[in-house]
Amino acid sequence: MSELLQFLFSGVTVGAVYALVALGFTIIYNASDVVNFAQGEFVMLGGMITWAAHAAGLPLPLAALSAIVITSAIGVAMNKLAIEPARGAPVVSLIIITIGASIFIQGAAQIVFDKQIHSFPAFSGDAPLRVGGATILPQSLWVLGGAVVVFVGLWVFFTRTLLGRAVLATSNNRLAAQLVGINTNFVMTLSFALSAGIGALAGALATPITLTAYNVGIGFALKGFAGAMLGGMGNPKGALVGGFLIGLIEALTAGYLSSTYKDAAAFVVILLVLFFMPQGLFGRKSTDRV
Amino acid sequence: MKKTLSTTALAAIVALGAGSAALAEIRIGASISATGPAAFLGDPEAKTLELLVEELNAAGGIDGENLRLVMYDDGGDPNRARTFATRLIEDDEVVAIIGGTTTGTTMSILAVAEDAEVPFISLAGAIEIIDPVRPYTFKTPHTDRMACQKIFEDIQARGFTRVGMISGTDGFGASMQAQCKQVIGDYGIELVADETYNPTDADMTAQLTKIRNTAGIEAIVNPGFGQGPSIVTRNYKQLAIDLPFYQSHGVASDGFIELAGADAAEGIRLPGTALLVANLLAEDDPQKPVVDAYKTAYESHTNSSVGTFGGYAHDAFLILTEALGRADATDPASIRDEIEATEGLAGTTGIYTFTPEDHLGLDLSAFRMLEIRDGAWTLVD
Amino acid sequence: MRISPKTATLLVLAVLVALSPFFFPSNFYYRIGSLMFVNAIAVIGIVILTGYAGQISLGHAGFAGIGAYACALAPVHLGLHPGIAVFLGAAISGVLAWMVGRPILRLKGYYLGVATLGFGILVSMILTNERDLTRGPDGIDVPDLGLRALVNGLGLNLSNGQFWYFFSGICMILGAWIALNLFNSPAGRALRALHGSEVAARTVGVDVARMKLQAFVISAVYASISGSLLALQNRFVSPDIAGFMHSIEMVTMAVLGGVGSVLGAVIGAGILTLLPQVLTIFAEYEQLVLGLVMMLVMIFLREGLLPSILKRFRGRDE
Repeated sequence: MSELLQFLFSGVTVGAVYALVALGFTIIYNASDVVNFAQGEFVMLGGMITWAAHAAGLPLPLAALSAIVITSAIGVAMNKLAIEPARGAPVVSLIIITIGASIFIQGAAQIVFDKQIHSFPAFSGDAPLRVGGATILPQSLWVLGGAVVVFVGLWVFFTRTLLGRAVLATSNNRLAAQLVGINTNFVMTLSFALSAGIGALAGALATPITLTAYNVGIGFALKGFAGAMLGGMGNPKGALVGGFLIGLIEALTAGYLSSTYKDAAAFVVILLVLFFMPQGLFGRKSTDRV
Repeated sequence: MKKTLSTTALAAIVALGAGSAALAEIRIGASISATGPAAFLGDPEAKTLELLVEELNAAGGIDGENLRLVMYDDGGDPNRARTFATRLIEDDEVVAIIGGTTTGTTMSILAVAEDAEVPFISLAGAIEIIDPVRPYTFKTPHTDRMACQKIFEDIQARGFTRVGMISGTDGFGASMQAQCKQVIGDYGIELVADETYNPTDADMTAQLTKIRNTAGIEAIVNPGFGQGPSIVTRNYKQLAIDLPFYQSHGVASDGFIELAGADAAEGIRLPGTALLVANLLAEDDPQKPVVDAYKTAYESHTNSSVGTFGGYAHDAFLILTEALGRADATDPASIRDEIEATEGLAGTTGIYTFTPEDHLGLDLSAFRMLEIRDGAWTLVD
Repeated sequence: MRISPKTATLLVLAVLVALSPFFFPSNFYYRIGSLMFVNAIAVIGIVILTGYAGQISLGHAGFAGIGAYACALAPVHLGLHPGIAVFLGAAISGVLAWMVGRPILRLKGYYLGVATLGFGILVSMILTNERDLTRGPDGIDVPDLGLRALVNGLGLNLSNGQFWYFFSGICMILGAWIALNLFNSPAGRALRALHGSEVAARTVGVDVARMKLQAFVISAVYASISGSLLALQNRFVSPDIAGFMHSIEMVTMAVLGGVGSVLGAVIGAGILTLLPQVLTIFAEYEQLVLGLVMMLVMIFLREGLLPSILKRFRGRDE
């Protein structure tokens, strides 16, 4: 029993990170129908900037905050310089642009920072908490809390605020949104800032557990993408559930079946789910336009 | 945009053609994984080579001739490594190659170098690189089999017989895992648990829980490099496992203690090199001067701590430049002969003596069993 | 006399393969050339899948991995000649693509992207982890094809680099020829209708599902053969060949050149093969510049190089 509990703790810790990345995917997708493969780089930047700022003498909360602000600015710059000029390009081109951005950010990070692995102290110490014979680190609770707070925040934002609905409207029909007076450029900028900020938050929260380096981004991006697709692209609920599901599947497979094929298990589940539910678990049904 | 592209094409031709200009210099090549999944190893190797070339030329080069290093980043991809090896030999016309951060890239470079009969000193671990011996291929790191032997020797001496392993699925971890499984029987030790993790994994508590709950387990070994072993070590502490814990030479650098946390790393043993315990070496230790010199130079130059892997590059460079000094530096075959004639050369890893039958030139004695105490390396024996 | 676009393309390719060596500063360029041709084969496959049929794959490197490992493993375990192993690999890839394609080609856009991505990752994971079979992440030796010895036996004296340059070049031209024939066949016209609009194609009676599946299988075979040729040329293969970045590379090459055209595929493959060699002058800025180039080309030449340039010419005619 304590064994199962330990696997679950492991799963939710990792799952919370995936969920945060997946939520970041969701926002940009909702605003622009772009899947931003550079989302993982935002997580990397969150970790690396926090580390660098902390190493330079900034207190940890301030270091994390500066990471979130700087990364948001980078997100906005990416939107202005790479995504907006490519509006209307086919899906494949957009995938390549965001992967190009991801390689670019990695290239910049290895020059600005370095190629070593880094970390910084956990927010509330390293003493593990014992629950029913299993242990969980206080930092895991920070990541979990972060995922839940971001989710609730987004849910409120998208359903209860005018601005959030404007984002959804933009995603549904850009032209119509413009016609009813929504500043769609502002919506895009906002969603990139928000998404990059959430990515950076994930990096700042998770780094004391996962460690960080200039090249960790693509791994987060793939897992977060998988989580978002599993849950159904564009739905915050789907992103949250998808991210946690992948973390849990990995941990339970590692614990009970084979640690070698735990990542395989996650992708097999995705393939199976998409086979029966082509829009993911919570995705909206879309119809072809002729 | 069209214009930009044709300029790029022009730059391509210029860059590719610029290979064969300068004279009166000795040209050596390197293909290192300075980026990609093995960047953690390749980065210090690349920095070491750059640093050493600079130092050597500042001190007058080799017999008055400057040494020029042509270095490419293969990103850890064997296919790219093969292309760069071809480029080094056909286009840059180097007289020798250092490199191959990983076993995969090494095997690719090796084939090209052997074909062209250009001496090649590899920085990778696997035993296949020098067994069977190939005329032009040498290597400086211990084999991963030797690391396993050193660890199992220590486990045997402590009287344990039931061991669990948790290995990375990257080339380094997987190769060492396989080698350890091959030699474990020689020490009367039984492998009771065998788990793996992916190099990018963030949490290994599931695997460790499984290992901990294996009946009768007495010690745990973790073959791997990069962030994986640091996370395993932290999870080890989180789960309050109190079994003796062995890491591999893949983490032998101060950076590991820092990342894992001195507290979590307390009591960990691993086979390392003289480089990590420079301050503990006896004054008359033959490796002391070279270890001290490299450590000081690297740490002041890069602002980061030395590790075993930079040391491998250092030793390869040392062996090659010593041989270049003795050989006709324009003739690869003569350089090869002089590398093979290396005898009693003290490097940071150990004391190298090559023979026609042995292109590694180190034995188990070069490995020292280290233990982490109070956040610092100590010698076990 | 008017030459058809098909003949023109093939002629351009043949001239390219035959005459380029006269401009090579060193033997190294045979290596670059043969890599371009091998990559171009896979990219022609992507043109069939993405350009003709409008489907995305982020996992085609998986098929290249199957083709490559077939050449490494079949000679050892089944005693097959490596040349036969190429066809075995292609057959396995084709059958696998047919099995996998049936369920996942119902997906659209990014969902298809993640499904193919998952497939590619599964293949690369098996190649990495089934150590007893594949020798794991450090890679495995591939036996000699033996064709060079045969050709040189006929009186030629080709170096290894030269042989692979011409052999890959001929294979590429063959691949282009087949793709162009397909393009001009009734099936090809149906495929193109598909790219325009699936719904429209369906209304005019095209069996959309079958067409997509065919394109997927054919492109898988192209990727597989490309992987085989790379493995045979390198005499070595590692699981990197099936990695995610290799899949992305293929798609980028296709889109860069112009995803609707075979000649564009060859140009895209050529540029992206040469680019890393050029970028070495940027030393540590290499990745930075690569990312930048990918973004710039996609933003400013979003239809790809060849179509953009052709369009400009045509624009002048009008």
